[in-house]
Amino acid sequence: MAAGMKKKTFLAPLGKDNPVFVQILGICSTLAVTNKLENTMVMVLGVMFTIALSSWTLSLVRKWIPSRIRMMVETMVIATYVIIVDISLKAFYPEMWKQLGPYVGLIITNCIVMGRVEAFALQNKPTLSLIDGLASGMGYGYVLLSIAFVRELLGTGSLWGFKILGSWWTNWSIMVMPPGGFFMLAIFIWIVHESFLKKGKEEEHA
Amino acid sequence: MPDMLFPVAVFFAAIFTDNILLTNYLGMCSFLSVSKELETSAGLGIAVTFVLAVTTALNWVVYHLVLVPFELEYLRFIVFIIIIAAFVQLIEMVIERYSEGLYFALGIFLPLITVNCAILGASLFMIIRDYSFITSFFFGLGSGIGWFIAIMAMAGIRQRLKNAKIPPGLDGAGIALVIAGFMAMAFMGFSGMIQIS
Repeated sequence: MAAGMKKKTFLAPLGKDNPVFVQILGICSTLAVTNKLENTMVMVLGVMFTIALSSWTLSLVRKWIPSRIRMMVETMVIATYVIIVDISLKAFYPEMWKQLGPYVGLIITNCIVMGRVEAFALQNKPTLSLIDGLASGMGYGYVLLSIAFVRELLGTGSLWGFKILGSWWTNWSIMVMPPGGFFMLAIFIWIVHESFLKKGKEEEHA
Repeated sequence: MPDMLFPVAVFFAAIFTDNILLTNYLGMCSFLSVSKELETSAGLGIAVTFVLAVTTALNWVVYHLVLVPFELEYLRFIVFIIIIAAFVQLIEMVIERYSEGLYFALGIFLPLITVNCAILGASLFMIIRDYSFITSFFFGLGSGIGWFIAIMAMAGIRQRLKNAKIPPGLDGAGIALVIAGFMAMAFMGFSGMIQIS
């Protein structure tokens, strides 16, 4: 039973409970960095690290947190992990740290982190919460990475900074500018809702 | 540009060319979920503007007078979020005590504001861009007004859309994002109007 539970916890955020498509959570801070694949990757790793470890930590101490100051404690724990991400990035990858600017700090207010802690970690065992956090981070990550992939490819003709498309390609500069991010996310949500969410509904009816 | 006018330039830039929502994607969560009605959008917009202007100034004071002298800059995330949460709580209590009408109009939005990325985002931007106290206050105020304009426009458009036929998969958040995209394009028309480096 335990192994099945773990697998289920791991798979749900990747598909039918995906935080971005289904719950439309946490797009604030990360949509901004999806104009380059590399930035997005760093940001996604930061978010994964924060969700997984803060879920785990808060699940460990969940029985001792008074429910009145619950939010405060959660925010402090999340902020601590975000500070770790911020300082390590500043130390080991200063150029990236400069490019991401305030967005690393904004992981704190990313609704997914708080949402997973509130909805899952406070009711479940540490290991399971860690898995849920990791999976939520991944479910979030692959959506953003695919958006970044399209935006960087169409907007600059390159991927991860390398030129992919030849000189015949005219850059769609709108893709790397803010409207491109909104349109790409809307298109992704549309595709997902039309295809596999509808299928899910049919299965429910059957 | 004369130094006197710099805060004014930052103020207008924060509203138009560098809108916190449409060019920096901050405050999206509440923007998407609350923008269905004009009235509630107005309530949230006013609350956000007020809190943004005050907390940006407050965070500036704490950062430059407490954190920098003690070399505790790395603690800024925790300190800022606590100040914002405490301030919002305080406002909630004051409003509840003195104005019942205002409490019912704004009260429900105040807890939402603590987790609004725009508030923390403005404070972090002001540190990175090294603004002075006055400039920070105007930056916060301008960002708030920019956010207010964006959510009001969105709510107005969405109310009109109620009777429109939207493809089922695009209904809800999808169409809201498409509108936000068009609004971002419209706001790009302002770029070049004000140059701040």
